Amino acid sequence: MASATETLRPASTPAPRHATRRAKAERRLAYWLCAPAVVVMLAVTAYPILYAVWLSLRRADLRFPAQSAFVGLANYATVLRSGLWWQAVANTLIITIVSVALELVFGMVIALVMHRALIGKTAVRTAVLIPYGIITVVAAFSWRFAWTPNLGYLPSWLHLTGDPLTSHASSLAIIILAEVWKTTPFMSLLLLAGLALVSNDLLEAARIDGAGAWQRFTNVILPVMKPAILVAILFRVMDAFRIFDNIFVLTQGSNSTQSVSILGYDQLFVGLNLGIGSAISVLIFLIIAVIGFGFIKGFGAAAPGMDTRR
Amino acid sequence: MPEQRLRKAVGRLAMSLLLLAIPACTASQAASNVVTFYIFNEPGGAFVHAAGVCTQAAQGRYSIRLALLPSNADGQRQQLVRRLAAHDPSIDIMGMDVVWAPEFAEAGWVKPVPDDIKAQVSTGTLAAALQTATWKQTLYAIPFNSNTQLLWYRKDLVPTPPTTWDQMISEAVALHQQGKPGRIEVQGAQYEGLVVWFNSLVASAGGRILDDNGNVAVDDMSRQAADIMHRLATSPAADPSLSNEMEDQNRLAFEAGNAAFELNYPFVYPSAQKNAPAIAKNMAWAPWPAVTATGTSHVTIGGINLGISAFSRHPDQAFEAATCLRNTGNQRYAAIKGGLPPTIEALYADPALRPSYPFADTILETLRNASIRPSTPAYTNVSLEIQSALSPPSHIDPPKVPTVLSKRLQDAIESRGLVP
Repeated sequence: MASATETLRPASTPAPRHATRRAKAERRLAYWLCAPAVVVMLAVTAYPILYAVWLSLRRADLRFPAQSAFVGLANYATVLRSGLWWQAVANTLIITIVSVALELVFGMVIALVMHRALIGKTAVRTAVLIPYGIITVVAAFSWRFAWTPNLGYLPSWLHLTGDPLTSHASSLAIIILAEVWKTTPFMSLLLLAGLALVSNDLLEAARIDGAGAWQRFTNVILPVMKPAILVAILFRVMDAFRIFDNIFVLTQGSNSTQSVSILGYDQLFVGLNLGIGSAISVLIFLIIAVIGFGFIKGFGAAAPGMDTRR
Repeated sequence: MPEQRLRKAVGRLAMSLLLLAIPACTASQAASNVVTFYIFNEPGGAFVHAAGVCTQAAQGRYSIRLALLPSNADGQRQQLVRRLAAHDPSIDIMGMDVVWAPEFAEAGWVKPVPDDIKAQVSTGTLAAALQTATWKQTLYAIPFNSNTQLLWYRKDLVPTPPTTWDQMISEAVALHQQGKPGRIEVQGAQYEGLVVWFNSLVASAGGRILDDNGNVAVDDMSRQAADIMHRLATSPAADPSLSNEMEDQNRLAFEAGNAAFELNYPFVYPSAQKNAPAIAKNMAWAPWPAVTATGTSHVTIGGINLGISAFSRHPDQAFEAATCLRNTGNQRYAAIKGGLPPTIEALYADPALRPSYPFADTILETLRNASIRPSTPAYTNVSLEIQSALSPPSHIDPPKVPTVLSKRLQDAIESRGLVP
């Protein structure tokens, strides 16, 4: 706000005295106007984050209040040396990469259909959005029941023997399926917005030059859509990396299907070990920050509110 | 004129004082009288009944309000500890699983039971139940209900019940080879039930998991226990879904007629009579099998103790209410309506109780010989380590169990490392 007022004044002409005073007053007003928001942000965001960092450096177990002490980075060492953590990281990465890849492909197909739909455009868009509108916990429960032998219909349709939610690989597959089913509509909406950027003139010109449908897709549509695709992937990767509710309902993390968030939850709410749990939370925060930073710097994905650099 | 104004002002003042007084009055009443009892919902209505009876008997000294907790023990504990850690004063009486007392006591969340009440609730009460409520020689909770497992068997398939695990497994395998239902139904899923099975086997072999001071005491008896679990899991007597079975799946499998033996709590008996009368006709019970030919079994005790929150605003009334909730009349009602075995020993001979408890003598004998699960504030960690070390039972490597378990349990009691 303050900088906006300053740039309004031409830099070359020296400002008259009263204008400077006015600018100062306006800047002060701007600070006052921002202050409540800043205070609220500090209270609800900065304080919990800093408190979590502080807790992660302490031995803080609710069951042993007498043993609370500063332990430096010991909690991080414990987490990083634990096989459970790396198992959870591996699970989370598998779930993130596979589900985002599938969502991208299906989301693109659905976006193209929605973009091209000649009749019932609204009906198609509404129908596609239904899975996204269902509460995740509810959807996860219906998947769990559907996959439970003698209760759901899927095991008998697929002639499965045994319970698919009791082994590691099939559990992960079902978690990914539930995740893809649920968030593909979100992906397709983001991609649909990107498709709107592709002008028909460009496609016409390509067609006249003799480009086939596939060539138009790969050589015209995709490059023009690239910023939208990168933003969509960034959103979904950051989201998928924090996956919690689907796993919590489907397997509770049994058969080594924990994600990093489930592992953190278990330390905090089952183990009551605030130190270790906070260390895991901080590590998740750092990983997400690295992913976000990497996308923006490495691939040139545009953060919301930034100008695209093309 | 001024007189009128004065009267108006006085009237307004009186009105506002009155308005102030109303909430103050109700608040003080709530603070002094209502005792909140956090407990899971017992479908037979025994807890609601007990709360009503005690409120009436208290004649206004207190009234008990039930606050329902989730039905599974993990959910109950998570909800309670979250509130206790925040020093929530709205909890007065808590229904505590028998394994929680050391954790709650060490964290300072429960009040020690005063001596006069301790004397009152200790006489005639099962020793093992009192032991579960004790931490560092101090009683922290009042035994409420108990529970333990028996061996249920089909007397049409097995004329005399086996007395040891070896005997039971070989009989089951023989039945299987004759093409008869020969499965042994036991809790093999990766959850608390697996710890109960292992603890009963270790105790029956004469060993322990932790000693009296809470130090790791895993020895060769753990190998023997693990060996039995592994042998059953890899024999044809095991249910194919053993590694995923909890109490209720065991009950259903027995009622479906697939099994000759079942290790389970007494709730399976009325259930079979209702759901599978043909099976129930041949359903008999015996003490849990022993590990050695000459020994007796020491089966893990379960149940609920009543603890008084350290943050309760009126602990005296809470202790009085808890004492009433677990009195003879209420325990009898809970045993008949809810099938919950009492902690007062004399009740097992009560003529009102015996018709619905034909196995009362066997239960009492089992409870008198009962073993308790490891007594430690870090019980959750200990339990989770045992679960992950022994799951699935078919993959156990018995000779390695003592060493592996010792190391993992040492980490657990120091609450070092991550909770699996």
